[in-house]
Amino acid sequence: MTIDSAPVRPATDVAAAAAPAALRVEDLSLAYIVRGILRPVLRGVSFEIRPGESYGLVGESGCGKSTTAYAAVRYLPRNGRITGGRILVSGNDITKMSDEEVRQFRTRHASMVYQDPGAALNPTTKIGPQVVEAFTILGQSRQQAEESALKALHRVQIADPEAVAQRYPHQLSGGMLQRVVIAIALASDPKLLVLDEPTTGLDATVEASVLDLVRSLQAETNAAVLLIAHNLGVIRTLCDRVGVMYAGKIVEEGDAASVFAQPQHPYTLGLLRSLPRRGIRKSERALSTIPGNLPQIGTDLPTCVFVDRCQLADDLCRTVVPPIVDVGKGQWTRCHHRDRLGEMVEPPSIVGEDTVHGDLALSVDHMSKTFHQSGHDVPALVGVDLQLYDGETLGLVGESGSGKSTLAKTILGIESPDVGSTLELGEHALAAKSSNRPTADKRSIQMVFQNPDSALNRGWTARHILSRSVSKLTGLKGKAVNERVDKLAADLRLTQRHLDLKPRQLSGGLKQRVAIARAFAGDPRIVVADEPTSALDVSVQAAILNLLSELQLKSKTSYLLISHDLGVIRYLADRIAVLYLGRIMEVGDSETVFRGPNHPYTEALLSAVPNVDGEDRRRIILEGEIPSPTNPPTGCVFNTRCPRVIRGLCEVTEPPLIEVEPGHLMSCHIPLEELRRLQRRSADADAPVLTTPGAPEQSDEVAVVTVPTPEDVLLSTPPPPETGATPAPPATPEDEQPPAPGS
Amino acid sequence: MIDVTVTPESIAAGPVGPTQTSERSVARRETIKLLLRRPAFIIGNIIVIGWIICAVLGTRITPYDPFNDFGVGHQPPSAEHLFGTDRLGRDVLSRVMVGARDVLIIAPLAALFGVVAGTTLGLIMGFYRGAVDDVLSRIVEAFLALPVILVALLALVVLGTSPIVVIFVVGILFTPIVARTVRSAVLSERQLDYVTAARLRGESGWFILSREIFPNVLGPTVVEMTVRFGYAIFTVATLSFLGVGLQPPSPDWGLSVSEEYSNMIGGIWWSTLFPALAIASTVVAVNLIADSLQSVLNE
Amino acid sequence: MTRYFSRRLVLSLITLWLLATIVFVITNMLPSDVARTILGPFAPQESVDALNQRLGTDRPLIVQYVDQIRKLVTLDFGDSFVSQRAVLPQILDAVGRSAKLAGLALLITIPISIAAGVFAATRRDRKIDRGIVLLGVTSSSIPEFITGTILVVVVGVQLKLLPVLATPPPNADVPTQIRYLLMPAVAMAIVYFGYIARMARAGTIEVLGSDYIRTATMKGLSTTQTMRRHVLRNALIPTVAVIAVQIGYLFGGIIAVEKIFNYNGMGATMLFAAQHKDLPMLTAGVIVIGIVYMVATLGADMITAWMNPRIRLDADR
Repeated sequence: MTIDSAPVRPATDVAAAAAPAALRVEDLSLAYIVRGILRPVLRGVSFEIRPGESYGLVGESGCGKSTTAYAAVRYLPRNGRITGGRILVSGNDITKMSDEEVRQFRTRHASMVYQDPGAALNPTTKIGPQVVEAFTILGQSRQQAEESALKALHRVQIADPEAVAQRYPHQLSGGMLQRVVIAIALASDPKLLVLDEPTTGLDATVEASVLDLVRSLQAETNAAVLLIAHNLGVIRTLCDRVGVMYAGKIVEEGDAASVFAQPQHPYTLGLLRSLPRRGIRKSERALSTIPGNLPQIGTDLPTCVFVDRCQLADDLCRTVVPPIVDVGKGQWTRCHHRDRLGEMVEPPSIVGEDTVHGDLALSVDHMSKTFHQSGHDVPALVGVDLQLYDGETLGLVGESGSGKSTLAKTILGIESPDVGSTLELGEHALAAKSSNRPTADKRSIQMVFQNPDSALNRGWTARHILSRSVSKLTGLKGKAVNERVDKLAADLRLTQRHLDLKPRQLSGGLKQRVAIARAFAGDPRIVVADEPTSALDVSVQAAILNLLSELQLKSKTSYLLISHDLGVIRYLADRIAVLYLGRIMEVGDSETVFRGPNHPYTEALLSAVPNVDGEDRRRIILEGEIPSPTNPPTGCVFNTRCPRVIRGLCEVTEPPLIEVEPGHLMSCHIPLEELRRLQRRSADADAPVLTTPGAPEQSDEVAVVTVPTPEDVLLSTPPPPETGATPAPPATPEDEQPPAPGS
Repeated sequence: MIDVTVTPESIAAGPVGPTQTSERSVARRETIKLLLRRPAFIIGNIIVIGWIICAVLGTRITPYDPFNDFGVGHQPPSAEHLFGTDRLGRDVLSRVMVGARDVLIIAPLAALFGVVAGTTLGLIMGFYRGAVDDVLSRIVEAFLALPVILVALLALVVLGTSPIVVIFVVGILFTPIVARTVRSAVLSERQLDYVTAARLRGESGWFILSREIFPNVLGPTVVEMTVRFGYAIFTVATLSFLGVGLQPPSPDWGLSVSEEYSNMIGGIWWSTLFPALAIASTVVAVNLIADSLQSVLNE
Repeated sequence: MTRYFSRRLVLSLITLWLLATIVFVITNMLPSDVARTILGPFAPQESVDALNQRLGTDRPLIVQYVDQIRKLVTLDFGDSFVSQRAVLPQILDAVGRSAKLAGLALLITIPISIAAGVFAATRRDRKIDRGIVLLGVTSSSIPEFITGTILVVVVGVQLKLLPVLATPPPNADVPTQIRYLLMPAVAMAIVYFGYIARMARAGTIEVLGSDYIRTATMKGLSTTQTMRRHVLRNALIPTVAVIAVQIGYLFGGIIAVEKIFNYNGMGATMLFAAQHKDLPMLTAGVIVIGIVYMVATLGADMITAWMNPRIRLDADR
């Protein structure tokens, strides 16, 4: 028996229990036909979402969460077949609907928002007609629909709906496009809104504003939300309840706060512990990993689906299907050994203590880089000064377009900097172009790329890739090369068998390990890592981060780490540099930066990150888009979006990058103590505020919105957050433009 | 894709050596298996191999002497002459069988010429980009504006007609077309980070081009070779039909059609139709193979 | 848009210049002289020299080259070797007649092949799709003169439905002209069916798999609404370019068709010129067809830009 019935929810909420669930998935099984054979993807998925509730599905890629989401709106790939179970939306079984009924269902009852808003809109049609269409399909006249469309755009906080309606998709930013897609999705006031990775690929600051928007609109419409996201922080921020999926089955379900605070399934626990969270650093502990990989689709999994990767698995797990264990407060788990979770210990730190600064390894002075595009000068870097010491990790953060990658490329010699920039490795100057650098310099600076599929030649075996790098960079020959390759492989926990495979035969984590081994082929002094884990699942990311810190400890290599994930930065970096429009805004020791006070840009970046632990934080919404580098703002380049801008000063004079306290540099006109006062004040305030009571000339520019505290939800019986615990004021529609109540 | 992912558990740290070749041959066997599952591929091969056999064995298997056995002209198909006889009384069936020979030598050579030259050009254009690419791209564009048949006509008038000239002219005219395909494959390839990684360890441009990129664009090149082979038959047959390709007394199909088509109006269709069908079957067969290759290699 | 257009125009003119250069190189590829080529190996040397002088082919190559480019600019291609009359009017006459034939072929093939390609895409991997794909591969691989031959045998000779010669009687009305041109036009149309249908199918499949079609479906649009409002325009953008390229090739394939159907168009003129080594005529023919091709691709670029706001708006930025 592998099929079990859907768990009965404890009827704590009488009102909700009376109403039919907005979405009820009952024992759903689904298979893909691959080469004529049915391969199961979902193996009896059951859950329900009530109106106004938001439900998140989490799990590694390939566990079936997106398939579940698409099944919920009956949008399946051509080779997908529902092999069992029911999907009830407001009581109607959509698996039994005719095509026309499905169409009606999609028109009126269900909507969807996806990843990559840039692709979600027709590129050859203006925004206006695409939104209008969502209303004409509901039976509105052309004129009515046009009015409704403008209202809908206004509702998603687009400042100038008339102008946006006249534009084509490629003329809008990602955040703006996602708002348009949300406007279309909400046109019919759907009962069910499915969000599939809605903020993946957006910058943290944009992500934060989209999440706030979804939250406030959900409260308004009382729609049931099904959210798929690989980022657990996003799930935590938006969802009331979560289901943890593994290999096509939900293994644990419960209130988001409880599941994330007290996971009751070994898989959930493993996932959460593999995240660099709660500000942990490599000096405190290593990250937990989940050994092994997700089983391939179609694998026969007769008992517990997680058994092959579970530390606690024993004969019982291999012979008896684990029952659903209710742990109270609506939380349940499918595990025989819930009581033994304590045996899963967190690994000790690899590094032991914080890195002590070594010698100066790399010095970047007045680094500028200007691209020339069709007659325009596009400055990507402007006068960047930066030092990197032996054995340390320097984290580089900033929104996309801030110049992080350009900085990395100029250091590596892939791009030549402008005249007047200097680059010194240790004591001697580095040639601008990699091809002009002597081999010794080449081997000293190597790179780990974001996407190992692209970084490894798919025609070469791992061994070929490594031995070529070894012989080219070290000058070793013959047997010595093989020995060095074997040593590298051992350091990266790659077996001899792995070395004989081509990249496509290796999993993502193994590929990235080969890529890291290649970077270490010549014992580099500096390794530039550009988003080294962003293409990987969290448990694989954990293993890579552990390996990186282990390698650094052994070799005293310095890392220049670029990542959009501040958790990763905080875990690995010893120092942090914040870039905005190609300029350094703030540099400092990791702890100093995370503790604050910060440059207002850093402050906004830090506040934007959706946190898995749902700490009580205030979110600072940055207004507008990043200005074009072609035509940067005068004075401080951040003044157009800065919530703490001092009018008359910031747009006139560019503040110098100065040391405000030992080892902490900042480029801001506001004195450190004033920043400290301002930032503490907003953190201390306990009532939801729209504006900080600060200096009157600044207050009207600050838009701060509280994130509801999950701890509230944890206490006793959770009231549905949309009615009780959400004191967040509806985000102001003027969000895109500074509200000016005081002026 | 999912099927080839090797999970760490399934990999036992074991002896090295024969695994590499076996992995590679497994991949190749997989491709062949996929190809053999396509009826179009099988049919295409049967037809092409059939014509190759005719071309190789030639007069040894024909019922009559295709060149010098003059009988009664324009006999309709009968038990004696299955495809009838042509205006000089030669057996059409025998001539069709032998007619495969010339085109099956000239067309592949022309295609090979075009693919080799085009691939070289495409690699250079795609890899070095910049001014080299700009200039070469303009020239390629100009070549593409030339109607192939007409320019071949012009060139054959100037150079005189001979098989070598046909190969040369058709090959040159195919070069830019192949170059364009290979160039775009190289362009997307050089965007990939492994090229940057190679630069960072100091590889020369030539090494990157020949050892890293070229093997990865071999797939499209093989497909292009097959496609060009088909078009080469198309073009050579058309040129022969126009009288500037192969010359009498060759039993070439295009030439036979050219010599006989004016008799069709008089109801003598067999001496034209059978060589015409022979051309059609060959070109279609080659294109079926090319099409299957393309879809299998793209999977 | 104007900037985009002028940029394209300049590029086309450069291409045209290169094309003229290529033609010049081809005509001067042989070490032996032009008059010798024309008159043959047994002509006395005096007449060869005399002809060379008359043709201007005894001048240095560079002078001849400049002369050739001047001819391109002034569209004065000199006199035919054979008829001794100016080349251009003859070519334009012939192009006009061929254009009728080619136009009819396109008129037949474009709607049918686009419809077939789009339809196949919506029935992807089903029997009907595989059938259309197979038909496309077959039709585009068989040379025009073969399909022409088969058509003549079946439709003209056996069934006697249509005239086997394409030249209509003088002053024939339009339906009669079409009746005469129909069979050669179909022979050409069949070849282009494969190209265009394949492109339309690929474009449609790509669009059908795109995220914005998912958006349209999730809005609740019916299949017809989705096709009409979101699929077709995007899917046919690449097809437009292919059609333009085919217009150039059309004039290549037309030679064989005109021979089969004994039609006195561009093809027949070129073939006659080739048989009589009439180099000015051939040169002019290649260049005129090159110009036709340029205009067609320029037109296609314009249509593409009009269909795709991304090109239209970004090009002028």
